[in-house]
Amino acid sequence: MAEKGVKLFGLWASPFSLRVEWALKLKEVDYEFMDEDLQNKSQELLHYNPITKKIPVLVHNGKPLAESTVIVEYVDEAWPNGYRIMPQDPFERAQARFWARFAEDKCVPAVFNVSINSGEELKKAIKEAQEVLKTLEKALEGKKFFGGETIGYLDIVAGWMPCWLRMIEEIAEITVVDAETLPLMNAWFDNFLEVEVVKRSLPPKDKLYAFNRARREQFLSGQ
Amino acid sequence: MASDDVKLIGAWASPYVMRPRIALNLKGVEYEFLEEKFGSKSELLLKSNPVYKKIPVLLHGGKPICESLIIVQYIDEAWSGHSILPSDPYHRAVARFWGHYIDDKWFPALTGISRAPTDEAKKEAIEQVFAGLKFLEEVLEKSGAGKPFFGGDTIGYIDIALGCNLGWLRATEKLSGLTYLDESKTPLLVCWAEKFSAHEAVKCVMPETDKLVEFAQMLKAKFSAPPSK
Repeated sequence: MAEKGVKLFGLWASPFSLRVEWALKLKEVDYEFMDEDLQNKSQELLHYNPITKKIPVLVHNGKPLAESTVIVEYVDEAWPNGYRIMPQDPFERAQARFWARFAEDKCVPAVFNVSINSGEELKKAIKEAQEVLKTLEKALEGKKFFGGETIGYLDIVAGWMPCWLRMIEEIAEITVVDAETLPLMNAWFDNFLEVEVVKRSLPPKDKLYAFNRARREQFLSGQ
Repeated sequence: MASDDVKLIGAWASPYVMRPRIALNLKGVEYEFLEEKFGSKSELLLKSNPVYKKIPVLLHGGKPICESLIIVQYIDEAWSGHSILPSDPYHRAVARFWGHYIDDKWFPALTGISRAPTDEAKKEAIEQVFAGLKFLEEVLEKSGAGKPFFGGDTIGYIDIALGCNLGWLRATEKLSGLTYLDESKTPLLVCWAEKFSAHEAVKCVMPETDKLVEFAQMLKAKFSAPPSK
């Protein structure tokens, strides 16, 4: 019998599988979440994604897809009658995809560097992160969300930052984004965390905090 | 009419620039090609792509679109005619996945070969290039069913994403003595490469291998020469 339904292979602590969950929840799609142990990946995951072997992987009626930003666009197209994720206009879509690419290529490593460094290296990492976030802020000008009045593709792709970066700031006792340094980004952080679908799907704070604190300590101790 | 005005900022040797050129050719769109001078960036480029300052940049009615595969998708959506991406959402997503794979994993491995600091790293990079080609051979086999292109009877997104690298792949083969497109390993890809390169939307923008070899040698000499005053 042909496999039916939606399965998402992910990790409870991963911002990349969370963004797919946001897309599915916005579309009100029922799905089964398969929480992976990345040190011991399941046979199913390796079968569905033999190319990169990474999460997240979405399996829709037995057909697998990898690469979270690709999956988010797919969710928008596969369930066209629900919430609109991508802009309609081709130029706006190109802009959203461009900034999403920038957020992945520049913001992800920049925030990662903040999370694993201390001392002088941390100071340098904070400056670099603020620079790339300043550039990303350009896509917010005059808007509440990147998507306009409601969240869209770019909000979903960059949306891990309000949660994860604020957590790293707390753990490392630093400030990267605030009303003075990055006012638009700071406001977007606040607004994004207030969105219903985001509020009810963030991983448990204490658990995520402990996870990221342990991770930071691992890197700082040179492992 | 201003909204019909199409310009592309690029350079002859860039595989990324080839992508939107092929897409525009497939759609039958006339455009002005603005060739960047090697070694310097024009005011127009810096103004149109202030974030990355890189080519290609498409200017449609004066509005800039950057990043080659994003430009290709834009071209597919903005103009009717030949469909570059599949019409089915799942196959579209699969095509986009391979675009990412080619740009984020495969091509860096290819350029990583000459830059590898150790023999071990070089061996790993070469293995990744061959592994990637094997994956793509399987994709061609599955989606192809005897068809010449990843897109079926006609050129599609994956063809463009991969095929733009053929010039440099052949140049690298000449410079290194290694054969990447090997009939014994990936026969479908070898056949595909020939058909792709000969396609009317491609052949006029595919740089000649010998010219690329010359260009690579010039670059090497330029960057390893002692700095001039």
